[in-house]
This record gives sequence, C-alpha cells and structure tokens, in this order.
Amino acid sequence: MEQSLAEKFYYFMKLGRVFELRAKEEYMKGNIGGFLHLAIGEEAVHVGATIAFDKGDIFVHYRDHVYALAKGINPKYLMAELFGKKTGISKGKGGSMHFYEPSLNFYGGNAIVGAHIPHSVGMAYARKYKGENTGVLVAFGDGATNAGNFYESLNLASLWKLPILFLCENNYYAIGTRIDKASAITDLYLKAKPYMLSKQIDGMDVFEVYKAVREAKEYIQEESKPYFIEAITYRYEPHSMSDAGNYRSARELEIAKSKDPIEKLKNSGLLSESYIKYIDNLVEKEIEEVVEFAKNSPEPENIELYTDVLCEVCKNVLP
Amino acid sequence: MFYREALNLAMDEIMEEDSSVVILGEDVGFYGGNYRVTEGLYAKYGEKRVIDTPIAENSIVGVAIGMALGGLRPIAEIMTANFAMLAMDQIVNNMAKLRYMSGGKIVLPMVVRMPQGVVKQLASQHSQSLESLFASIPGLRVFTASDCITAYHGLKTAIKLDDPVIFLEHTLLYFEKFDLPKDSYYNPFKARVLKEGKDITIFSYLKMVHDVLKVVDKIEKTLNVSAEVIDVGSLNPLDLETLTNSVKKTKRFVVVEENPKHGGFGAHIVSSVLEECFYNLDAPPLRIAGEDVPIPYNRKLELLAIPTPEKIYSKIVEWGKQNGL
Repeated sequence: MEQSLAEKFYYFMKLGRVFELRAKEEYMKGNIGGFLHLAIGEEAVHVGATIAFDKGDIFVHYRDHVYALAKGINPKYLMAELFGKKTGISKGKGGSMHFYEPSLNFYGGNAIVGAHIPHSVGMAYARKYKGENTGVLVAFGDGATNAGNFYESLNLASLWKLPILFLCENNYYAIGTRIDKASAITDLYLKAKPYMLSKQIDGMDVFEVYKAVREAKEYIQEESKPYFIEAITYRYEPHSMSDAGNYRSARELEIAKSKDPIEKLKNSGLLSESYIKYIDNLVEKEIEEVVEFAKNSPEPENIELYTDVLCEVCKNVLP
Repeated sequence: MFYREALNLAMDEIMEEDSSVVILGEDVGFYGGNYRVTEGLYAKYGEKRVIDTPIAENSIVGVAIGMALGGLRPIAEIMTANFAMLAMDQIVNNMAKLRYMSGGKIVLPMVVRMPQGVVKQLASQHSQSLESLFASIPGLRVFTASDCITAYHGLKTAIKLDDPVIFLEHTLLYFEKFDLPKDSYYNPFKARVLKEGKDITIFSYLKMVHDVLKVVDKIEKTLNVSAEVIDVGSLNPLDLETLTNSVKKTKRFVVVEENPKHGGFGAHIVSSVLEECFYNLDAPPLRIAGEDVPIPYNRKLELLAIPTPEKIYSKIVEWGKQNGL
C-alpha cells in the first residue's frame, strides 16, 4: 500500500516538475504568454493533498498546474491552455491561472487572491444540501489569510457546519513580501483555531500531507464540520515569471532546496532505482509529446471571441 | 398588488417547483427581508432554502457562485446596491467571468437581486443608481423591474436562465401597487412600449418610467404632439431593435435616467441609437439625468439632484420648443 502510494506520488510529483520546467522553457521562448506561476518545490502539498482528496471537489488558486495534473487532467490540455490553443482545457481563454474541469470536480484556478474561498463554501453548502458527502477542499496561499474573504469563509463554514477542508500553503511569501511583514500572526493555523480544528504540518513531506488530508477528509465527512491545515512549504521559483525574485537570499533558497520533496521521496527507501528511472524516462517522453501537442494545436477560431460569454438560447425559459 | 409581492410571488412559485432554488442574504430569512420581499418564504421553505447570512456581501455573492457550481440555483439578495460595492470582486471578476475563462465549462445559473436608486433623505451612501457599473461588464445580464409585470416575469426568467443575472429593483417601488393581470406576458429581453406615439420617443427604466408617465399627457397637450413611452427593461442586453424602430418612426428621442449624467447608462442608449438613426433625426437627443453630485441628505437638495416629474415636463417642453415642436 505504502509502496504503491509512493509510486503514485512520485509519478505525479515528477510529472508536475517536468511539466513546469518545460513550461518555463517555453515561456522564455515566447510560446507561453501572460503570467506563469510555478509550483516547483511545492509538489508535495499539491500532489499529496489532491490524491488524498480523491472524488472530492477541489478549488485552488492561480498556482494551479500541479493540482490539475494530480487531479488526473490530461497534461496535453493543460499545456495547450498555456499555449493559448483551441485544444486547451479552457479553449485558450483562461491561460495558466484558469484551469477548470468540473467533470473531474476541479474548479480552478482563480487569479484573485482568496476569491475562490467563498466559492468552495457555497459548493460545500450545495453538496450538503443535496446529501452528497464527498467533501470540498480549498487551497490558498499565506497571502490570502490576510484578506476578508478568508475570515468570512471560515465564519460561514463553521457557522453552517460544512464539510470543507481549508488547505493553506504557507510558502512564506506573498509575491515578494515576507510573511512577517504582512501578517501579525505567522503560524497561520492559529488564525483558524477559534473557528475549527486546525493544525500545522510539514508540506515538504508528501506522506505527511497525504496522511493529514486523509484524516481531515474523514473528519469533515463524518462530522460535517470544517477543518484547517497549514502546510509549510517553499517555492523555489519567484512568484511568477515576471518576478526577479531578489527578495530572497541564495542561502535561503539553498536551505529550502535541501528539503526537496521529490528527493525526500526518492530517499524514502520505498521506491526502487529502476522504478525511479522508469518514471523519469516516461515523464520526460510524455511531456515531450505534450509540448508537441500544444505546439501543433490550432489557434481558436475568431468566433470563439464571442462564445461562452452568456448562454445563447433563452427561449425555453421565457414566459 | 405591491411590487414587493410580485417579486415574492415569482420566487415562491419557482421555489415550489424547483428544490434547487435557494435564497441567501442579510435578514432574508426569519426577519422576512428588509423590504419584506422574502416575507413568508422562510416559514414555507425553511432555513436551508432561505438562508440568513452575516453582513458580508462579498461572501454572499461568492457563496452563491459556489452554490451555482454545486448545482443549485441561488438568488442572492444584496440589501441595497450601495452594499454591492463590497461584492464587486465577486460580481465583476468571478460571476461575470467564470464561464468565459473556463471555455464554457462553468455555467452559473444565479441571480443577484438588489434595490437601488434615490430614496428619501438617506444621504449619499444609501442613495445611488449604479446600473451603468453593472451594465458595462460583459458576462452579466442586467435586468430592471419597473412594475409588477416586469418584477414577476422578469425575476422568474432571471432565475430560470443559466446566466448570472443582476436584477435591479428600485427601493421606492417596493410599496407601490401595480396590476399583475393573470394573462400577462413579459419577455425581459424586449423593451416594452408602454404608450404608442408618433412625434417623440421617451426611454426610461425603473422608477423614472412612472415619473415620465405622470407628465406625458401634459407634455403632449403643451407641445401638441403624441409621445411614445418605452420601458427599456433589460440594460444588458439592450433591445436596440425596439429602441431604433421607435426612433425611426418618431424622429426625436429623450432618455430619462436617475443615475448621474456623467457616464450614466443613458449615454449608452443615446450613442447606440445615434449610430443607427443619425439621419432619421429631426432634433438632437435630450438626456434628463441625475446631477453629477453625491446625493445630499437635505430633501430640497435631494430633489434638485434627480429628475422629477416637473423637471421632466419642463425640460422636454423647452427642448421641444427649441426644436420646432
């Protein structure tokens, strides 16, 4: 069981990392535009939580690539979205920050810090109302915990006894401002304590993330109450590709990278050398094909400018 | 019946037939709604469907978005449009955009209802007409209701639509009585010709419709003309066809709006009609709008800030005389 999980984690973490490193490369070449927020270094949180939360609804922030991959969305459609192509997950209309696949219970991808937190509360309400007990997970960064949306949502989730897991990724920086410059409380799980059970975990350890989210999921489903997890993590890359990242020292980065979640998993003794080699080759090949697919996909047709704005047929609802 | 009762009836009938329809907002439940629009629904449908929320407007709309994602059809009541400013991120960046940004994968069948307009001595933070803000956001439908027919049918359509709708009511209309004939019909995508005429078209919406109707006879008599009065109804989409057909017939038009003139919605009506009808016109268009000031508390100053029936009469007569009527 542990071994098969470890293998699954390794595949998705490696897939996420290679996907993003290639995305970075293609961004530098000008094939990808807009903002590109990479989650390199944070894979343990994104992969561990998503896999632990199977079948539940997931809402995430703009750093959404690895979550979407772990949720099982075909990387081809994600890369094509970054390229702005017709075959993209959002037909090239959303880009990096807007991956959505409701059929897989994945609801983005939101580019406004914390705006998706109330959405997840509404979803949890709807699920509970309909007697569907799959649970809702919402992930956000440390920066979001200083915004009104966050507190409004904690209050409602607690008041309405909703099955929702708040997953805070504390990577210490809100763009370039360090947490102690922006937040009076830096142990973020304490912010949720008055409202619900909350804990802090090591977000660089995929097993710890998986275990914590699994337990939290069982709790929210059984008790129909919210739960809060603060996962301590770190992004190696700047906030986005347009950020020079000079607010952190080389030493700080070096220390963070010494705790690399993928290396840690490799050293766990749960994966064989041959498996690691096999996956590394597989993923490199897969991403190669993914990039080719994105490159060769057509641009959206001009008419797409006007579609998906509003529903086109209204006759059936008129008096 | 009262305008507020028509809105209530629309929600009641839909809630009866569709259990996915829920209402949420401040004081909508046990209290019965600050303007009594949701009165009785809490007792009938319970607290799971008529949901009291804290005073947290951004979350009211944000949670409604999540409910719509989860298969419900929420109606969010914002106590007044003034407070919707706290929810503008959810309205503008989320409610209006999720469908497009997801390439059509996300559909949001939801309504945000709110009253707006200049009331009586509530001062500037409680007396605003903000329709031009909402109507300028692609991805939102913006309906207005001026009487029981538009309130009842318009709201029913809004709830049944798979689109996110901003449904604008006027605070001063809640306790006004209008007919709601049993066989009434209203398509909110079509502007309503309330009175036919052949010399002047007067466009308005919400409460201004009634202020126009109060003086239209007098205008006709003074200028010896016949005036067509049109309730524009939906601001987005705008039924330009009905508007331009009327102007092509009458060759003169006036827009009466309560919002401030600068950037007001009437500017959009005038420019849209002019693009189509410039060579049909016998007179420049006239805009009768609110003054470009925050609304004052003092009653005399408050009335100076907005169109009144008297002002509508005198401005149209003056304009008519200047333009050969």
